[in-house]
Amino acid sequence: MAAPAPLISLRHVTKVFGSGDTAFRALKGVDFDVAPGEFVAIMGPSGSGKSTMMNILGCLDVASSGEYLFRGHHVEALERDQRALLRRRYLGFVFQGFNLLARTSALENVELPLLYRGDDRKLRRERAMAALEKVGLAAWSDHTPGELSGGQQQRVAIARAIVSSPDVLLADEPTGNLDSQRSVEIMELLSDLNADGITVMMVTHEPDMAEFARRIVHFKDGLIDREETGHVRRSRENRAIAAGGAG
Amino acid sequence: MLGTIVFVSLRSIKRHALRSLLTMLGIVIGVAAVVTMVTLGRATTAAVTDQIASLGSNILQVSPGSGSGRGGGSAPRQFDNADITAIAEQVSGVKAVAPLTTTSATAIYEGANWSTRITGSTNQYFAIQPWPLEQGRLFNAQEESAGKSVCLIGTTVRDEVFRAVDPMGKRFRVGDVSCDVIGVLSTKGQGGFGNDQDDIVIMPVKTVQRRFLGSTDIHTIVIGIDDSFSTEAVKTTLTNVLRARRHLSEGEDEDFNIFDTKQITDTVTETTGMLTAIVAAIAAISLVVGGIGIMNIMLVSVTERTREIGIRLAIGAIAGEVLMQFLVEAVVLSCIGGLLGLALAQLVIALAIPLMGLPWVFDLPINVAAFLISGAIGIVFGYFPARRAANLNPIDALRYE
Repeated sequence: MAAPAPLISLRHVTKVFGSGDTAFRALKGVDFDVAPGEFVAIMGPSGSGKSTMMNILGCLDVASSGEYLFRGHHVEALERDQRALLRRRYLGFVFQGFNLLARTSALENVELPLLYRGDDRKLRRERAMAALEKVGLAAWSDHTPGELSGGQQQRVAIARAIVSSPDVLLADEPTGNLDSQRSVEIMELLSDLNADGITVMMVTHEPDMAEFARRIVHFKDGLIDREETGHVRRSRENRAIAAGGAG
Repeated sequence: MLGTIVFVSLRSIKRHALRSLLTMLGIVIGVAAVVTMVTLGRATTAAVTDQIASLGSNILQVSPGSGSGRGGGSAPRQFDNADITAIAEQVSGVKAVAPLTTTSATAIYEGANWSTRITGSTNQYFAIQPWPLEQGRLFNAQEESAGKSVCLIGTTVRDEVFRAVDPMGKRFRVGDVSCDVIGVLSTKGQGGFGNDQDDIVIMPVKTVQRRFLGSTDIHTIVIGIDDSFSTEAVKTTLTNVLRARRHLSEGEDEDFNIFDTKQITDTVTETTGMLTAIVAAIAAISLVVGGIGIMNIMLVSVTERTREIGIRLAIGAIAGEVLMQFLVEAVVLSCIGGLLGLALAQLVIALAIPLMGLPWVFDLPINVAAFLISGAIGIVFGYFPARRAANLNPIDALRYE
């Protein structure tokens, strides 16, 4: 069977911070492909380059050299505002610290990306409610982040990331601030979204969480050290099968 | 797109209501100060102009004393009754000429006791300056020539001295003089400088000269000019007649002043206009300070909201949209501040005008200008913080603690 055309393709990507003697080479020539629909976990110790990798993948930062093709676009050649438009259309972000707007209701937080897309009020409301429904927080739409638990806040953040139906969901340590019970719930949610077709890329340092991904990429000293396949894939169907098997 | 940005800005202002209010305070006070000062200045000018207009148009007022103040320390030579006759006979174009002699005294009637202004004049005065009677009649010829103790009173004197009693035909005491009331003048209201024009007792000029002054002095001569003559021509003839009567040699300065009402209006308008401009300029400085206040708070706001900016950039806001958001926020804040300032100014003006005895005026141009300037200040002082927000690096902004 033919492999689908890669959604993301990195060739000899390097990233250097600073210059001269103090220059730090965070990435030393990474080659990396992601096909549509994959669930990739990126792991590695601090300073291994995994966060730099995520920033470049998310078009927040540009490589010092090498090529980054996203849906066939040469991202390294794009202007700052063009990359912003790329993020607006195709990417969704989930952060470790949730990064919701304070004193702003869950619904308004989720509406935010749609505001920049220029959707009208009615469409915004519908889509934001649908996204909140997906993460199971429709009943909490008028609560502000201060009134929500950590797990709920991260669900709102995920709703915000998926509300514009992006191709790729980028999650930077999405469970870093959560206890293990909440973490598993968030990972199950990400697995479900992945099963619905969204490509998920996630940085984590917790092996248990990485297990939810089909593909685990280990970084070391600015290079991909090794890759492995996740052992558990707990998407909705698998859980149903597991539940059925036990019954 | 702009609609969305305004929407985002309004939301953000609502979210930080207290801080927004404090931010706009400088603008509120600045706009209120400018508008209040200019409006009160205009009201003062209007009041003075009104008062001078109430003297009547085409009127000359002659008073003793040299305009320059030179001529030694001697007291100015007063006019007398003969001057009045001479002006009436020798100056062409004079419609009416009246003497004014003023003093003050206490009016007493049945225990009521009121200090008031006594003016001596003739019926000619009412021909120059219309002042209808509410009751009674003017002086008759015999009363004028003999200097009888009769008087016309203003409504304030009527209310304060006679209270509920009908004053017509009543005899009351003014200083040491017993005096019969023959008429009540209609209410004129406050003068341009807050003085009460109705607080007055008018008697024949001879009565005041004889019974109050003990001299034949006339303090001011009021002249009404025939409309078909030019004010300047009449002024020239008048000057020559008075110079001759006062034996002034050629080249000697005049020891009297002639004011025409237009000249007074111009002088006063010019003076108050200049004062208004100076005070408004000082008030305008507070507007600039208000603008700096906006910039200050917006800079704090950008720093404080670094993470928010990071989020917006990460989810795909382009730099121009973030710039616009903060710029619109600054402009909306300063415009709201401007509107509040206009409201505050109206409040202060509404309180100050009756207190200062000024007429109510609404100066639309200054209100519009102050509002537009407040908006412009928002743009000018909001731009720098907004640009700083737009140029933030999303990665650093997201990590900002």
